[in-house]
Amino acid sequence: MSSSILSFHEVLFGYNRKVPPVLDGLNLSLKKGLITAILGPNGAGKTTLLFLALGWLKSWAGVISLDGKPVANYSRRALGQRIALIPQSEHIPFEYSVLEYVLLGRAPYLPSLGMPSRADEELAFNVLEKLGIAHLYDHSVLAISGGERQLVLAARALAQEPSLLLLDEPTSHLDLSNKYRLVQILKELQARGKTILMTTHEPDLALAVSDELVLMEKGRVLISGPTEDIATGENLSEIYQVPVKIIPVEGKKQVAWM
Amino acid sequence: MSSIVSVPALEKRTAQSKSRRWIFFWLGLGLISLFILSLLLGRYPETGLISWERLNQDELARLLVINLRLPRLVTAMALGMSLSVGGLVFQMLFGNPLVEPGFLGVSQGAAFGAALSIVFLGGSALLTQGSAVVFSLAGLVFSYWLARRIRYGGWVLRLVLAGIAISALFSAGLGILKYMADPYRQLPEITFWLLGGLSSITWTKLISILPAVISGLVILYLFRWRLNILALNDETAFSMGATPKRERLLLLTAAVLPTAAVISVAGMVGWVGLIIPHIARRLFGSNSQFTLPASMLLGGIFTILCDDLSRTLLAGEIPLGILTSLLGAAIFIVLMLSRGPREVSK
Repeated sequence: MSSSILSFHEVLFGYNRKVPPVLDGLNLSLKKGLITAILGPNGAGKTTLLFLALGWLKSWAGVISLDGKPVANYSRRALGQRIALIPQSEHIPFEYSVLEYVLLGRAPYLPSLGMPSRADEELAFNVLEKLGIAHLYDHSVLAISGGERQLVLAARALAQEPSLLLLDEPTSHLDLSNKYRLVQILKELQARGKTILMTTHEPDLALAVSDELVLMEKGRVLISGPTEDIATGENLSEIYQVPVKIIPVEGKKQVAWM
Repeated sequence: MSSIVSVPALEKRTAQSKSRRWIFFWLGLGLISLFILSLLLGRYPETGLISWERLNQDELARLLVINLRLPRLVTAMALGMSLSVGGLVFQMLFGNPLVEPGFLGVSQGAAFGAALSIVFLGGSALLTQGSAVVFSLAGLVFSYWLARRIRYGGWVLRLVLAGIAISALFSAGLGILKYMADPYRQLPEITFWLLGGLSSITWTKLISILPAVISGLVILYLFRWRLNILALNDETAFSMGATPKRERLLLLTAAVLPTAAVISVAGMVGWVGLIIPHIARRLFGSNSQFTLPASMLLGGIFTILCDDLSRTLLAGEIPLGILTSLLGAAIFIVLMLSRGPREVSK
């Protein structure tokens, strides 16, 4: 049985004290070395949950711990070395080269006024090679395709060498072949010992890649557990409020909603 | 490492950083030689360079160089460096290549403060400088306070909106002061202040701005790589172990203080903060590890050149702000029409 890396205990959070909280008494435990997907309708609080794990948002009540220690008690650098975020999209206003951009991920390992060294450059190249985009290293981040851009964001996060990787809607800008590539990459990262937490709107993706599934609705965890058990037509129908069926195709579960 | 691409690529990177170092060497050498040349250049005894012999024999020439040209040149350099680096920092922190360091109420605040001193406080040089500094910093504080009170939008949008609103208030106030000013004595003085110039620089004035300029520039130089991180989205910068709000406030302050200081003695000198960072990016890409020192050197060179023209071109002095706008805008147009070296190499 794998141990827990990240846990939420009775977490209460809202953006405005005058209205009811977005997350209301959330409990969740993330197992080390597994891929966990969070599914839920828009506004369920999925991204909020990621930002709380990151420490970017502070909960009103309750405890969020990483490796048994509250996230709030980590120094900024220490947390940057453990958790990395691949945002849904990122506005990059200036023309960095891919390598320059990926090198930014080394920030939590550098002294506060330091600059990346040759060793950091080699590490960044290594990451680019693993993601299959090393040939793009001197291209401008603004001049590559959306799919390549998403991989570059991933490379920057991986340059942080995190043990926990957070992905916010990783497939929202990807076509089918890039989605397939992402699934392969996530599985490869898992094989190398990373724990992955991702939000998604696509039940297909969750079924294809996740070990654990969390279904969220209105700031609460409706149900969570092994994807195998949780991903039922009944459960998905309930959170999305539309009829959803799970159909086995060639031994794999597929989602049908029309 | 399974490296088919990375070994040649890393070698290419080494070659690239070597060529960067050469560009920096030439820029630095250019700035130093321009500085020395400008010290000898002027309209005394006739237009042209003063010879070494003359400098040794002629007491007046020596005094002129040491007491007038030297402080003026150092100020021109400080002005160019502060505005350029300030511009770069603002453009990166705001993710917008069209902002300049004075836009958070700093420039308009300074203009209002100077005009206020000219119209109501007698307008002695020291008082005008002090009033300009006080109101430019007040502009920054008001903008920042307003940005914190605005209830919608991200941090950047709120600061931009607040900066625009506060600048508009000050420029309206400036309009009122101009309307009230005595059209024969005070109005021309306000107009000249707004055009910017270095003709009245003395050692005292220079020394009064040096602490703010040096400390600001040193802090920004030390943060030259870190600035890249702070240019990213809030949550991304945070996820990489930064404390974006606090670090950005530090850098904004470090960019504004030298700007306010140089504006207070030189008046409004436009376009430097906008155009120099663009040139630096054309030369070095977007990484502020290189564009920041490049902006410093280029800004110094550009402003010294403009000031040389301003004091030698005509018998009377041409206000510096006119020349920086003229040359800056011209260079900007040429840059926009030409394709940058980065695009060409692809």
